[in-house]
Amino acid sequence: MDNNKNWIDQRFPLTKVWNEHLAEYYTPRNFNFWYFFGSLAMLVLVMQIVTGIFLTMHFKPDAANAFASVEYIMRDVDWGWLIRYLHSTGASAFFIVIYLHMYRGLLYGSYKSPRELIWILGIILYIALMAEAFMGYVLPWGQMSYWGAQVIISLFGSVPFIGPDLLVWILGDYAVGDPALNRFFSLHVIALPLILVVLVFLHIVALHTVGSNNPDGVEIKKNKDKNGIPKDGIPFHPYYSVKDIVGVVVFLMLFSAVVFFAPALNGYFLEHANFIEANPLKTPDRIAPLWYLTPFYSVLRAIPPMFGSQFPGVVGMFAALLILLALPWLDRSKVKSIRYRSYPYKIALGVFVLSFVILGWLGMEKVTPVNSILARVFTVTYFGFFILMPWFTSIGKTKQVPERVTE
Amino acid sequence: MKKLLTITTSVFASLTISFNVLASSSVHLDHANTDINDQKSLQNGAQLFMNYCSGCHSISFMRYNRIGKDLNISDADVEKNLMFGDKKIGDKIIASMSEKGAETWFGTTPPDLSLVARSKGTDWIYTYLRSFYADKSRPFGVNNKILVNASMPDVLWELKKNKSAEDFDQEVRDITNFLDYVGEPAKLVRVDLGYKVIGFLFILFILAYLMKKEYWKDVKYGKWRAKD
Repeated sequence: MDNNKNWIDQRFPLTKVWNEHLAEYYTPRNFNFWYFFGSLAMLVLVMQIVTGIFLTMHFKPDAANAFASVEYIMRDVDWGWLIRYLHSTGASAFFIVIYLHMYRGLLYGSYKSPRELIWILGIILYIALMAEAFMGYVLPWGQMSYWGAQVIISLFGSVPFIGPDLLVWILGDYAVGDPALNRFFSLHVIALPLILVVLVFLHIVALHTVGSNNPDGVEIKKNKDKNGIPKDGIPFHPYYSVKDIVGVVVFLMLFSAVVFFAPALNGYFLEHANFIEANPLKTPDRIAPLWYLTPFYSVLRAIPPMFGSQFPGVVGMFAALLILLALPWLDRSKVKSIRYRSYPYKIALGVFVLSFVILGWLGMEKVTPVNSILARVFTVTYFGFFILMPWFTSIGKTKQVPERVTE
Repeated sequence: MKKLLTITTSVFASLTISFNVLASSSVHLDHANTDINDQKSLQNGAQLFMNYCSGCHSISFMRYNRIGKDLNISDADVEKNLMFGDKKIGDKIIASMSEKGAETWFGTTPPDLSLVARSKGTDWIYTYLRSFYADKSRPFGVNNKILVNASMPDVLWELKKNKSAEDFDQEVRDITNFLDYVGEPAKLVRVDLGYKVIGFLFILFILAYLMKKEYWKDVKYGKWRAKD
């Protein structure tokens, strides 16, 4: 065994990598519930790739056959129904996990110096994941696949000057059809997964360079013993690997409950109208993207057309995403963790989370006069969180941050 | 921390509840109350579907022998009771009526019902089939309360006339149950398998938790030291 290890170590830094990233990678000892979601996101990514490989073996990326091939998977492929439900539930689970992971970042200021790059890579990952999920949802070629794609892609047509040409370039046609299905399939199974995997790799390399933040927002590397090991650090392996296994099993229990008992989750994970094959001649009375995209869809609908163009709404939607990149520089507070933050920040964070959830809900609802007023109000508070952040993070009284992590 | 968790979960829980309340539609639907494990109901539903519905409606994602296999009906019985004309046991279930004929007689092609239970729901099917009423202004003399101006005639009128209200509801429930099965044949095994999977995971959880606790003893009592 040792001989084999030596043989490999002379040719590849196996032991070095193992030690640097697991056995001698020191992590704060005070991680709580919120720190499960990074490893869970990795788990879901792997699960999506593995189930995706098997779905790709049976799926037909062809407007005439796609819908039937999904039902073929659901009925005639051995365990096909399970693979498909794992994949479709996995998509929603991915976003639940990612949203909680990002919320953790907000709670404990994990985006602040020196972790700005981890945050930026994470936001790019999040945007790539949205594109991945959006294109994946087009593939089963149901009514929502088709009309959702039609609505979202047509937004590119509102870009001044180049809009109409851009639209045709994206779709390979004048409307969503077979060429669009084919290229979305290609992007969904090759291009975006590759990008996601590379970004995850970079996200983790950046994390392991500076080390993890923790619920106290204390830098453990400032307090080292005579061996140069952080006093409040414990090796990731075995301590957090065994802890994450518990998280994984609990997650899988909740996940299985959805997969086996309510795979469509009452229309939230698989929309009812998506069990009707795409029909370009029949617009459904309600078109809504899946829940994880709806906050941004709401922002889009909240901004009224200007000069007869939808473009301002499109700009608003992308701005709502891209403004997240600026977060590390908008936050002026001296403390990281919510535990020691001032009241203005706590209130602002609460308002922000509420705005995001309500915008998400509004995006699934029909547009009514009351709903559009609500959408506008919460779009303003959503952006307000970022724009006012330099102000509300520099006022109010913060608590004293301890020298060492608390129990 | 605990407070934060409680607040977060209660906010999400109350929002989910309000979503569900708001999502319920304005049309009142009767609860179908079907039971996919009731094999007798499924078999009766299959029989009724073949007699009353399959003339016009396909369930093209289903094959005759798959129904036989799932509902414990032998191929011979399927051929005798569920198949009409020159169909083969492995064929997909396609309506006898031609699409062109349908256009001429009904003005529209009757939809394929393979997935109707998934797109419209069982309550809708159950209510729809029981909501026909006489209306002289319509071509077939009937109209429907929940699908106004439906092109479909009241094909179950004879059943409705000859049976008690309760028995008729049960027959419709059986058709609905059958269509629920047709919408997702895997539903017959899915829930059962789910209990086993979650049971397995629960045992794994206990073991994983004990393992974590054992390792973390070092950390808890401040015993952990870096190797030198």
